Amino acid sequence: MSKTLNLTLKVWRQARAASPGALEIYDVRDISEDMSFLEMLDILNDRLSGEGKEPIAFEHDCREGICGSCGMMINGQAHGPQRGTATCQLHMRKFADGDTIVVEPWRAAAFPVVKDLVVNRSSLDRIVEAGGYITVSAGAAPEANLTPVPKDASDAAFDAAACIGCGACVAACPNSAGQLFTAAKLMHLNLLPQGQPERWQRAENMVDTMEEYFGSCTNHGECEEACPKSISIDYIALMNKDYIKAKRKNRKLSGQR
Amino acid sequence: MDEEDPVAATQQDLSSAPTPVVNGRTKRRSRWPLEFYRSGIGKKWVMAVSGVMLLGYVLFHMLGNLKVYFGAEDLNHYGEWLRELLVPFFPRTVTLWLLRIGLTAAFFLHIHAAYSLTRMNRRATPERYAGGRDYVAANFASRSMRWTGIIVGLYVLFHLADLTWGTANPGYVRGDTYNNLVNSFERWPVAIIYIVANLALGIHIFHGTWSLFQSLGLNNPRFNEWRTTFARGFAALVTVGNLTFPVSVLAGVIEEEPRVREQVQCETGVAPPDLDCAAFEDVEG
Repeated sequence: MSKTLNLTLKVWRQARAASPGALEIYDVRDISEDMSFLEMLDILNDRLSGEGKEPIAFEHDCREGICGSCGMMINGQAHGPQRGTATCQLHMRKFADGDTIVVEPWRAAAFPVVKDLVVNRSSLDRIVEAGGYITVSAGAAPEANLTPVPKDASDAAFDAAACIGCGACVAACPNSAGQLFTAAKLMHLNLLPQGQPERWQRAENMVDTMEEYFGSCTNHGECEEACPKSISIDYIALMNKDYIKAKRKNRKLSGQR
Repeated sequence: MDEEDPVAATQQDLSSAPTPVVNGRTKRRSRWPLEFYRSGIGKKWVMAVSGVMLLGYVLFHMLGNLKVYFGAEDLNHYGEWLRELLVPFFPRTVTLWLLRIGLTAAFFLHIHAAYSLTRMNRRATPERYAGGRDYVAANFASRSMRWTGIIVGLYVLFHLADLTWGTANPGYVRGDTYNNLVNSFERWPVAIIYIVANLALGIHIFHGTWSLFQSLGLNNPRFNEWRTTFARGFAALVTVGNLTFPVSVLAGVIEEEPRVREQVQCETGVAPPDLDCAAFEDVEG
């Protein structure tokens, strides 16, 4: 038998980007502790719809922690109190009966609120557009093992590639820095042989694009704790190293043209 | 107007939602050190490098001043030696001035980078969380860097006025480092200011020492676990070393040496008229 919880929710409601928002209080009753956080919001939304009120808008898609759509600030922590999971993987058993839970959208200048808990994260797309690709010969798919990859490089690249682009790192950062996202997207290509031809241009372009939208890193480490994929801030150091090198190397390369 | 229809309004917001402009274009072509410094990561690199210079300074400043425990002659001799560094290659005090210029440059670059990064971060975080944040990893040191930095910066100015320029120290005699220090710390308010500033310095350099590895991209599984230990040890060493000075003066472990003061006054030609300098000349002869 699963227990049930009665909770008080304080949810950020904002009709649209330009309008002011505020926390509104909702009582939710008989929530099963086996529900996910999003299912709890579904129950509340069903009720609100039934009462003829506007349901709470939030992003969600796969609900298994791999799409990166869902994400909200729960009691002041990105994706809630559980480490290494997205909001959809957070279960209500992490809360106690009678708890008050504050739910807010990600806040950063780069992430304007679209509605309620939905934010515009297109700034992350701008960073990926700036260098999140590799050049390959088009045509038939190459033999899978044609390019040997050292095991360590492959492991490190894979850990970075686990980034789902949810934006929790930015939301958790006191400076709204996009360092962990950019480092993950940058280093998963820069560590692999396939990423070498564009390595230095990628480092410079992605970082420069990041700095158009986000704050700077002061090495608090909040992003790593918030990340649903537990991506390490070690990648931020690797990104810094590549960017510093790139600033010199790109000038050298451009001098050869 | 469609403002009464929330669905249409949201769809319009979404379809026309531009990526917001926050910091503007960072990439302006110019000479590479300038272009590098314009970027946030470049500024962090400058902060780290100037931080290393300043860390080196506070460490050697503390170690040098430990000579206060050997007595007045030793400390004053050490002060004189600093002025005579690399003599005769450089004339007297030239090396000291080169070091001072380097440190001043590092000090101002460190502050300018911190200031403009803070502005960048303010632009990026216009709105606070209504329910507040619940910090998981950030510690007191990392979150108070701006405040501890300001405290240390202001203190450095007072410290210079107190013990280098002498304007904030009534009994100041140029060249008599030992008695200047004792005179200064015998005043309670100065000792308290010194202790507060050095605690702020310790907190500041604890986060700074760890942080500089990240900013410079010095990250390797071989030494990563040692970075925080090193930062802790370094900050503790400097802070404890520095704090012993005012405590020792107030506890009477270090006491004034009037004879040494008179000798310095005679040697540098600032002796009061009633002082008999002949006695010291005999000793010299």
